[in-house]
Amino acid sequence: MEYQNLFTQTQVTGPASRGVPINAYDMRERTRSIGFSHLMGRLGNAQLGPVYLGRLGVASLIFGMTAFFIIGMNMLAQVGWNPLQFVRKLFWLSLDAPAPKYGLTFPPMNEGGWWLIVGLFSTISIMLWWLRTFRRAQALGMGTHVPWAFASAIWLFLVLGLIRPVLMGSWSEAVPFGIFSHLDWVSAFSIRYGNLFYNPFHMLSIVFLYGSVLLFAMHGATILAVSRFGGEREIEQIVDRGTASERAALFWRWTMGFNATMESIHRWAWWFAVLTPLTGGIGILLTGTVVDNWYLWGVKHNIAPSYPAIYGTVSDPALKVPSAPVATGEKK
Amino acid sequence: MKNVRQKIAIAFSVLAILTLTACERPPVDSKQTGYRGTGMDQINNPRTQEQLAKINEMPAGIPASPDGPKAGAVYKNIKVLNNLSTAQFGVFMVSMTSWVAPKEGCSYCHNVQNFADDSLYTKTVARRMIQMNQQINGNWGDHVKLTGVTCYTCHRGNNIPKNVWFNPVDNRGGNMLGNANGQNNPVDTVAYSSLPNQPFASYLMEKSGPARVIGDTALPTGNKASIQSTENVYGMMTHMSHSLGVNCTYCHNSRAFSSWEQSTPQRVQAWYGIQMLKDINTNFLTPLSSVFPANRLGPSGDVAKANCATCHQGVNKPLLGQSMLKDYPYLAPNRDMPKDSAHSTAQ
Repeated sequence: MEYQNLFTQTQVTGPASRGVPINAYDMRERTRSIGFSHLMGRLGNAQLGPVYLGRLGVASLIFGMTAFFIIGMNMLAQVGWNPLQFVRKLFWLSLDAPAPKYGLTFPPMNEGGWWLIVGLFSTISIMLWWLRTFRRAQALGMGTHVPWAFASAIWLFLVLGLIRPVLMGSWSEAVPFGIFSHLDWVSAFSIRYGNLFYNPFHMLSIVFLYGSVLLFAMHGATILAVSRFGGEREIEQIVDRGTASERAALFWRWTMGFNATMESIHRWAWWFAVLTPLTGGIGILLTGTVVDNWYLWGVKHNIAPSYPAIYGTVSDPALKVPSAPVATGEKK
Repeated sequence: MKNVRQKIAIAFSVLAILTLTACERPPVDSKQTGYRGTGMDQINNPRTQEQLAKINEMPAGIPASPDGPKAGAVYKNIKVLNNLSTAQFGVFMVSMTSWVAPKEGCSYCHNVQNFADDSLYTKTVARRMIQMNQQINGNWGDHVKLTGVTCYTCHRGNNIPKNVWFNPVDNRGGNMLGNANGQNNPVDTVAYSSLPNQPFASYLMEKSGPARVIGDTALPTGNKASIQSTENVYGMMTHMSHSLGVNCTYCHNSRAFSSWEQSTPQRVQAWYGIQMLKDINTNFLTPLSSVFPANRLGPSGDVAKANCATCHQGVNKPLLGQSMLKDYPYLAPNRDMPKDSAHSTAQ
């Protein structure tokens, strides 16, 4: 158990690390108090802070929390301002997008107006937060890998809530703000557009998603497994291979003939993660705008197999019986 | 060390118990119903099945001879059942009482001083409901087949069947905030989902539109169905699935929900069921709005209407497919008696 290293077993505490000083403005924006938490130390670094807030961070938080507050108030109003019902029904409650009849116009507040405002505010909030990650990475002289990875997720967010609804000409196509309701939206979206599993970009997105999981498991397991040889000091081992690196590399060459390096494994992980929402966003963008029924698209391009009709001939009864007593199900 | 591990173990067990509370315990039965690899199967929990079998037991039928003087000639003010023999008529009245008003007895519908009197609204309703039975059994064989229905199929000893629907009142919460859009509320009618929970007026009334939202061409050719209308259909389908105790794949091949060619024959029967509900909600139930007293009406003054759950009550065939018509042939006047009735074997 000791050498399996599945949980952080030891915590080394020392004097607080204040980080490199950059300039006077930067120093002013950092919080001064630094705390230590044993519990957080079991999960990650025991040191909390300093936090750098800055103008971008403050603006982002204001917009984000306003959006969050509006959603919460709308949900509370739906249960008649009853806090108990609010907690009970929290997963069901939702701030819904406008009805299709409003198109891209600004609807009355209670019929999607709030939804539109929340959409705007959360988009501003996320964009400002992105800028903040970009600026902080630059300030530290880092590469901008984190902001660009974040940008990939923002791309999917923008496709779902802004780009695709605008191309479709209706805000009603966008995702509601709610726990179950956004999941229902996902199902309804796939049903309406003839099964998203036949969307090749959805397929790619799943490949990269599951690939990310696999890579993460392989990498995490490898590093933990060689931590008794100092393998968690990956950065040093990139330039100065030690026995941990040697063993890890040999393990993968033994088992599958090929190994990533201490450096390239992170490139693999970064690209897989970034490509997940990137390809997914393309798939969403094409749905409804370019393709209306992905299953039939799959049939057309020979990726949907046909199966024997074991139920005999089942055909649309609305076509067979033109005059059912009240109303038939014919298309309008 | 040991202490920490114990704590972690306890935390995980509590978490596991919490997350599993909404699950059904194994084993469950699964039955493949389609071609291999298509995922067409039905999942049944044998313990749920047992309970359903218990609550779907058929009450004993009472046979009666059709010979003898006709009820229409003997009794006054008989408008629907006048061709019954007096023996049949008496038996049917007794049966109907036990099906619909077992506690209240005859006086639920009749003025006991004068049984011919039409002063109680319940009698007017009951008469219309007998005609509805005859319409369903006589003309909607596409849905009810030879099994048919009786009052008991829906009522099960209740004055008002347990599962009915009213037109919803808009929960808008004023003009500024709190519009729930007729959804986002865990109710039984849509299996506790957050989907639109009153989809019935859109599909189960006269002139209501078809539930067809999926396009029939690969590329866009003018299908304008919205996500909201899709969710409305989804709510309706969830209701059907929940009412019948079946999965989506009982009717649909879920890879192409709209494709009739890949669907099971049950989907056609369900389609007729929707048409049947349009007929009875529009022509039998809605016209009774003026007959019912206010306390029987819904929040917007409409009469209680039927959906799939009204008859099915959790099973794919109401009363598990047993027919009660053998002893009550006059409820199916326009067709032959069921020949494959499960009634005799069930006794």
